[in-house]
Amino acid sequence: MTPIISIRGATQIFGTRTIFKDVSFDIEQGEIFAILGGSGCGKSTLLRQIIGLLPPTAGQITVAGHSVTGDVAAVRRTIGVMFQSGALFGSMTLLENVALPLAVFTDLPAAAREEVARIKLALVGLSDAAPRLPAEISGGMVKRAAIARALALDPPILLLDEPSAGLDPITSAGLDRLILELRATLGTTFVLVTHELPSILAIAGRCAMLDATAQGLIALGQPRELQANSTIPMVKAFFNREMP
Amino acid sequence: MSASLAQADKRIALAGPLTAPGLGRLWPQAISAARAARGTPLTLDLSGATIVDTSGAALILAMETAHGGPLTLTGATPRAAALLAQLRAAMPPPGSPRPSPTPQPGTGLLQNAKIRVEFFGATVLALLGLPARLRFLRGAGFLRITDRAGLQALPLVLMLGFLIGLILAFQSAIPMRQYGADLYVANLVSLSLFRELGPLLVAVILAGRTGSAFAAELGTMQVNEEIAALTTMGIDPASMLVLPRMAAAMLVMPGLLAAMDIAGLLGMAVVLMLLGFPLSAIAQQILSASHPADLLLGLSKGLVFAAALALIGCRAGLTAGNGPRAVGEAATSAVVGGIVATILIDGVFAVMMYRLGL
Repeated sequence: MTPIISIRGATQIFGTRTIFKDVSFDIEQGEIFAILGGSGCGKSTLLRQIIGLLPPTAGQITVAGHSVTGDVAAVRRTIGVMFQSGALFGSMTLLENVALPLAVFTDLPAAAREEVARIKLALVGLSDAAPRLPAEISGGMVKRAAIARALALDPPILLLDEPSAGLDPITSAGLDRLILELRATLGTTFVLVTHELPSILAIAGRCAMLDATAQGLIALGQPRELQANSTIPMVKAFFNREMP
Repeated sequence: MSASLAQADKRIALAGPLTAPGLGRLWPQAISAARAARGTPLTLDLSGATIVDTSGAALILAMETAHGGPLTLTGATPRAAALLAQLRAAMPPPGSPRPSPTPQPGTGLLQNAKIRVEFFGATVLALLGLPARLRFLRGAGFLRITDRAGLQALPLVLMLGFLIGLILAFQSAIPMRQYGADLYVANLVSLSLFRELGPLLVAVILAGRTGSAFAAELGTMQVNEEIAALTTMGIDPASMLVLPRMAAAMLVMPGLLAAMDIAGLLGMAVVLMLLGFPLSAIAQQILSASHPADLLLGLSKGLVFAAALALIGCRAGLTAGNGPRAVGEAATSAVVGGIVATILIDGVFAVMMYRLGL
């Protein structure tokens, strides 16, 4: 089966500073894939490369068959992104935030757009918060609303940047369950950029681990397998919450 | 291939991809068809639907609501059936009221007046307690505010002053020439600038540039909870944020006022020289027409305007609501409030000067 995201030799260098080099792995359709690593290892940079916001210094990334340095518009049509801060538009209600992509990219009538946006919000458990502004809701609700907006056009791939960061364990577990449900019903491929160990172990089918010192990929595989059997000190330390 | 609808007796068949991009034309058609069959049993055939995403599922649920009665689904793929089941479980029960927006805090006249009185009171208390709180003031911060409010406004003040002097001189020279009183244009323009137009125009520039900047900066701090952080650290925001801004605005006002007056007189002198008057005659006319009291009046007005504008800008920022919209509203409120307050204070000065015979 052709991978939905293929990364070959991705490298990012800013000036004289190498963030990572020669990163290669594939993500299959319908997978929940986590990109892990400590702070500053380049997780979010790799995510920006996949979205096409940052052209790789070297290497090739294709998303659903489209190169991120070629047809960026086609890449972005297949991807929904939840940014770390949510990045909801502060002057719009949650309903308006979710309806915005529908208004821009579909010819649905206004009533239909509202209906669809309400359903997306219901899907993430935010029916009651539809008329509220982002400033009026909690951090966990912001994350869920951002997922609803990213889902607006039912993209086959959803990239979530630190979805559980700053959330309490119960809200975080709820978000994990939501991701599993969406994968089951919509067949969406999820790429999570995270360092939240409980979430990684609970939902990720496979993961790739980046390391700032190694300036690249140091492990690729199933999280529980890596936790139990990896001999790489950094990987062992990460999965067992200890100093390397 | 786009989605399509076929209707037969008590049966609607939806075919093609039921996804957001292809539902625009189908949606109203499908809802009308479902509504037309209201009260009679209806079968919805999805066997021709190649994909059903959440927008497609939303259409099916909207058709159920429009039909209002028993609607039988056939031909749905297991994934589509699971998606519909998930959405039905997630949606509020039919007929439940739509949630309403969060009520906003009162913005009536009384509420606004209360906010202003509280803010003014806090500032007065901060001013009275300043000797004990001198460590709250940061020299570098004060210089930065002064630079932005004063030096950076100087080119604009000089340009506007020159143009206003030029325009006033031109406008007044035409009627005054009819009486052979061209040279008295110097009296008119210099008195207008010193007593009225100088302070008023500098105040308008300060309201637009500095007042709005104060409101936006403090409004952003309010939105980012920086004001709450200051308060919880035991630092009085009025002492640390308002007083330095008020002092900076008052400090730069005399300089800006002098720049405005000088530039205005230069503009006026250019016109009079073009009309054939020598510079010495113009200077003599200005000196004979104006008195130190005029300059002092303009300066005292300017200082009061500056204090009011800084207070209004800071108040708008510190009482901003939540979100980026609140910052914009605070900046607007600072400019509008500042200009209105300037004109009101100017009116009070006019009455006072009339009473005092000055």
